[in-house]
Amino acid sequence: MPTESRDTALHKENWREVPLQKTTRRAPDSGKGGSGKGDLRPVPFRGGGFTYTPRGLISPLVFIALIGLWELGSQTGFISPIALPAPSAAFGAFVDLVRTGTLWRHLEASLFRLIVGWTLGTAIGVAVGLAIALFSVMRAGLSPVVSALFPIPKIALLPLFIVWFGIGEGSKVATILFGAFFPTVIATYGGVDNVDRNLIRMGQSFGLSWLSIVRKIIIPGAMPAILSGFRISASIAIVLLVAAEMIGAQFGIGAYILMAGSLFAIEQLIAGVAMLSILGLTISWLIGRAERYFLTWRT
Amino acid sequence: MELRIEAVSHDYGETQVLRDISFSVAPGEIVCIIGPSGCGKSTLLRFIGGLERPDHGQVLIAGEPPADSLNPLTYIFQDFALLPWRTVEGNVSLVLEDHGIRGAQSRAIIADVLARTKLTDFARAWPRQLSGGMKQRVAIARALAVRPAVMLMDEPLSALDSQTRELLLDDLIDLWKRERFSAAYVTHNLAEAVRLGHRIMVLSRRPGRIRELVSIDIPLDERPDRIVELDKVQRRLWEAMRDEARAADMELSDAD
Repeated sequence: MPTESRDTALHKENWREVPLQKTTRRAPDSGKGGSGKGDLRPVPFRGGGFTYTPRGLISPLVFIALIGLWELGSQTGFISPIALPAPSAAFGAFVDLVRTGTLWRHLEASLFRLIVGWTLGTAIGVAVGLAIALFSVMRAGLSPVVSALFPIPKIALLPLFIVWFGIGEGSKVATILFGAFFPTVIATYGGVDNVDRNLIRMGQSFGLSWLSIVRKIIIPGAMPAILSGFRISASIAIVLLVAAEMIGAQFGIGAYILMAGSLFAIEQLIAGVAMLSILGLTISWLIGRAERYFLTWRT
Repeated sequence: MELRIEAVSHDYGETQVLRDISFSVAPGEIVCIIGPSGCGKSTLLRFIGGLERPDHGQVLIAGEPPADSLNPLTYIFQDFALLPWRTVEGNVSLVLEDHGIRGAQSRAIIADVLARTKLTDFARAWPRQLSGGMKQRVAIARALAVRPAVMLMDEPLSALDSQTRELLLDDLIDLWKRERFSAAYVTHNLAEAVRLGHRIMVLSRRPGRIRELVSIDIPLDERPDRIVELDKVQRRLWEAMRDEARAADMELSDAD
C-alpha cells in the first residue's frame, strides 16, 4: 500500500526533527516559574500495601508465643489450673500416654477408622460424582438425592448406622464414609462441569474415544476441584471420627477425650485435642503434597 | 478428497443462523470464510467437521482420504485447545494414542512435526510457559501429526497480537507450499483472507448467506509482492461486507 508507506516515512521525519537535547533541557522547568532542579521530586509511590509476601518465620513464632504466654500464665497462677492446665501438664499427660503404650492403641483405632472411612467415602464419592456429571439419567436421578442428604448431620444417623452396621467398627466407619462421600460427590461433578468445553470438543474433533476423553481430558481437568473437595471431606471426617468415638468406643482419640472429660482430667483432654489438631495438620500437609504432585502443570 | 457442502441451513431455536450455504473445498485449496461477527461462520465450520449437525442440507466427502491420514478433518482452534496438564510433546501424543501409535513410532512422528513447526527445543515445556504464537504452533503440530486431508481453521490467528499473526501467517503459507493441504479457514480479518485464500466466501450477517465467492488467482508466495492487486480485492470485499458488519454490530446477540 503506497499511501501507508508514505505515511510512515512522514512520521519518521517528524520524529527526527525534534532535537533530543532541547526536550531534555526544557522538561524540568515547567510549572509556576520555579527554576531548575529545586522542583524535581520523585513521583509519590502509591502502589504498595495489598500484595502478599511470604513470611516463613512468623507462624512458628506465633505458636511459640501463644504457648509460652499460656505456660507463663499458668506458672504465675494467673490462669487457674482448674480452668486451663499448663501446656507442660498437657505434655506430661501425653508423655504418660506414650509411656504406657495406650497412645498407639488409641491412635491405631482412630487412624484405622479414618483411613478406611475416608478412602471408601471419597472413592465412591468420586465415582458417583463422575457418573452424575457424565450421564444425564444419573444427573436427573441422583443429584436431587445428594442435595437432600448432604445437609443432614451424619452423626444424627449414628444410631441408625449402629442398627445397620453393628456397634463395632462398622457404624463408625460408615459415619465417616457418608460424611466424606457427599462433599466429594459435589466437588467432583462441579469440577467436571467446569472443564473447558473446548477441550472436550477438541478431543472429539480428533476422534478420541469416549473413555479417552474421560480419562485424559475430563478427569485431569476436574482434578483441582476434586482435590479441594478432599480437603473439606478430610476435615469433616476428623470431626465425625471424634463424634462417633464419643458415642461408643473403647479406644480412639475421641474415646480418650471423652474419658478424660468425664474424669475431669483436663490436661489429658488438652493432650487429646492437641493430637487432633496435629492429625488435621498432617492430613492437610499430605493433601498439599498430593496437589503439588498432581497439579505440577498449574504453576 | 473433496468436501462438498450442500444447501446447509440451520436455526438455534428462534434464531436463524445459516441459510442455504453451498460450496466445495477442492484438494489443495484454501477457502476462506469471512463475515461479520455472529454470522454463523464458526457454526458452519463445526458442521463441516462433524461436531454439530445442520437442520437442513448436508456435508459430503467426495473420494477417499489419503490412506495414511489418521484424522481426515482436523481442527485448529482459536483458543489453541491445548491440555494444560500435558507438555508440548504430550499434547501431540494425545491424538496419536487413540490410534494405537505408541513408543518409537509415536516419538518419531512427534519429533517430525515439532521440527516442522520449529518447536523441537520446547518438547518438554508446559503450555503455560509458551507465548500465544507458540501455543498455536503446538496446535498446528498436533494437527499435522494426524496427517489431515482438510484443515478446519477457526480464526486460528485471532487471539494473537499483530506481529505474531504476521509470523504465523508466513509459517502457514510455507507449510501450505510444502504440504498442499486443503483448508476451510474462518476469519473476520480481510487481510488474512486475501493473503491465504484461493477462494474467499463472504457471508452476510445473520442469517448467514453467501454474499460473494471470490477467487484470487495470484499464487500464495507471490502475494506479498503484489500488494496493490490484493489491496483491490480486499477493498472490493470490504465494500461487500461493510454494511453487513455495521448492521451486525447494532444487533443484540443471544446466540453463540
